[in-house]
Amino acid sequence: MAKIEQKTLPLNGDAAVAYAVKQCDVDVVAAYPITPQTIIVEKFSEYVADGEVETAFVCVESEHSAMTCCLTASATGARTFTATASAGLALMHEMLGVTSGCRAPVVMSVVNRALSAPINIHCDHSDSMAARDLGWIQMYAENSQEAYDSIIQAFRIAENPEIMLPTMVGLDGFVLSHTLENVDVLPDEAVKKFVGTRNVPLVMNHRGEMVPFKLDPDNPLTMGPLDLYDYYFEHKRQQEEAMIRAVEVIRQVHDEYAEQSGRSYGNGLVEPYRLDDAEIATVCIGSTAGTVKTIVDALRENGVKAGLLKLRVFRPLPTQNIISALSGKKAVAVMDRACSFGGNGGPLFHEIRHLLYDQPSKPPIVNYIYGLGGRDTPPYLIDSVYRDLQKIAETGQLKEQIQFLGVRE
Amino acid sequence: MSPQKKGWKEIPLAGVCWVPSTEYKTGDWSAQNPVWNTEKCIRCMLCHIYCPDGAIKYDPETNDMIFDYNFCKGCGICANECPTEAIEMVMEGKE
Repeated sequence: MAKIEQKTLPLNGDAAVAYAVKQCDVDVVAAYPITPQTIIVEKFSEYVADGEVETAFVCVESEHSAMTCCLTASATGARTFTATASAGLALMHEMLGVTSGCRAPVVMSVVNRALSAPINIHCDHSDSMAARDLGWIQMYAENSQEAYDSIIQAFRIAENPEIMLPTMVGLDGFVLSHTLENVDVLPDEAVKKFVGTRNVPLVMNHRGEMVPFKLDPDNPLTMGPLDLYDYYFEHKRQQEEAMIRAVEVIRQVHDEYAEQSGRSYGNGLVEPYRLDDAEIATVCIGSTAGTVKTIVDALRENGVKAGLLKLRVFRPLPTQNIISALSGKKAVAVMDRACSFGGNGGPLFHEIRHLLYDQPSKPPIVNYIYGLGGRDTPPYLIDSVYRDLQKIAETGQLKEQIQFLGVRE
Repeated sequence: MSPQKKGWKEIPLAGVCWVPSTEYKTGDWSAQNPVWNTEKCIRCMLCHIYCPDGAIKYDPETNDMIFDYNFCKGCGICANECPTEAIEMVMEGKE
C-alpha cells in the first residue's frame, strides 16, 4: 500500500496523544488530571465539549476510580482510554492488576514522572517500572511522533482477541509531554480504518454456551470471580501466554502501520541504531534514546564503533531481539531511569543481564542509573558512558558495575 | 469431590464461569463432617437456620435432617448450636 498523505501539526507529547485518541473512535475515557499528563485530559475534554468525538467522558474523583471505570467499561466491550502519571499510576496500582486479570484491553498513556517523596513533577521511569509486573503491555516513546503512533498501534495490540491485555504507552514527562514538536498525523479516516471496531473473543459461559466475551444483559457472564488455589494459577498462566503471543502481534501491527504511515521504529519491539557492526553499545528507553543517537553519530565520525539498542517494548520483553542484538559486543551499558532500591541495579539492567547470562559470547555489562526526578542528562554525560565502555572493551576490566550518572557526590 | 480440573489451555479467560456455581462442590474444603443422631434430635431446625451454607435440609416425608456434604464446609456451627447434642463433628475419614 502506498504511503498515506499526512499533515504536520505542532504538537507537544500530551497533545499528540490526545489527538491520536480523538482519531481512534474511543467509546469511554475516564481520567483524572495530574501533572505532566494534564494536557491530555484537557485537550480530550475539549474534543468532547466541541462535539468532535462521540466518546463518553467520565470525570472521576481519583485515579483508582478512573481505572475502575475503564475496566468496567471495557468489560462491556467498549474501547476505553485513560492517562496518568506518577502518584496517579501508584493510586491505580490495585486496579491495574484487576484490569489485566479481567483481560480488559484498556489503553493508557503514562506520562512518566518521578514518585514522591520528596515531591517532584519531572521525568523518570519509577512510576511505570513499579507497575511492570501487573500484566500490562508496556511501550515507551522516544518522541512525540512515536507517542502518537504508539497510541494508535496500542488499541490494535491490546484489543486483538488473541491478546486481550491492557497496554500502557509511556512518554517522558515534560521532555516530551510539554515540548512542541512537528508531528505528522494521519487523516481521521485512515486511523479509524486502521484501528477498526473492537472485536471480542468468544468464551464459554456458565451454561456451556460460547458467547461474546463482554458484559451483556442478554448473555450474562461472570468475570474475575473468586479463584482459589485450584484455578488462579491457570489463569495467571494464560496471562503469561498472552504476553508471549503479544511479541508477534506488536511486530505485525507495527509493520502494517509503518506501511501506511511511512514511519517505523526498528521492528516495533526494539530499535537498533548503528548497532550491527558496533563494538560498544548502550541500551535505553524513552527520550534519552534521541540524545544517545546524536552521541553515537559523533563517535562514529571519530571512528568509534558505537551503537544503541532502544527498547520500545519492555513488556513483553523482546528476548530474542535483545539477545541477538547484544551478543558478541565488547561492552554494553544499560541505562535505567529508575532505581530498584536494594535490588543491585535498575530494572532494565536486571533483565538485559539476565538474558545475556546464557550466551557464550556475553559482553561485560554495566548499569547507569540516571535522570531521576528529571535530572538533565546532557550529551557529555552520555559521551562519558561510551568512554567508560571503550575502556572496558580495551581492558576487559569492570571497575564499577552500577553507577549513578549525573548525581553529585 | 469436584470433577477432574481443567488445564490453563482449556478454561475460559478472565475467570469467566463455564459452569453454574452449584456445580462447584465446596464440600471438599472441609476437614470435619457433621454426623447426625436421629434419636437425640428433636427437629427444632436450629441447625437448618444457623447453617451458613444452606447445606442442612429437613425432609418432612422421612422426618430426617439431610446434610449435604457437597457444600458443607465443616464449620461446626450446627453442632455448636444443637440443644440436644444430636450433631457430632467427626474428622473426615473417621466417620
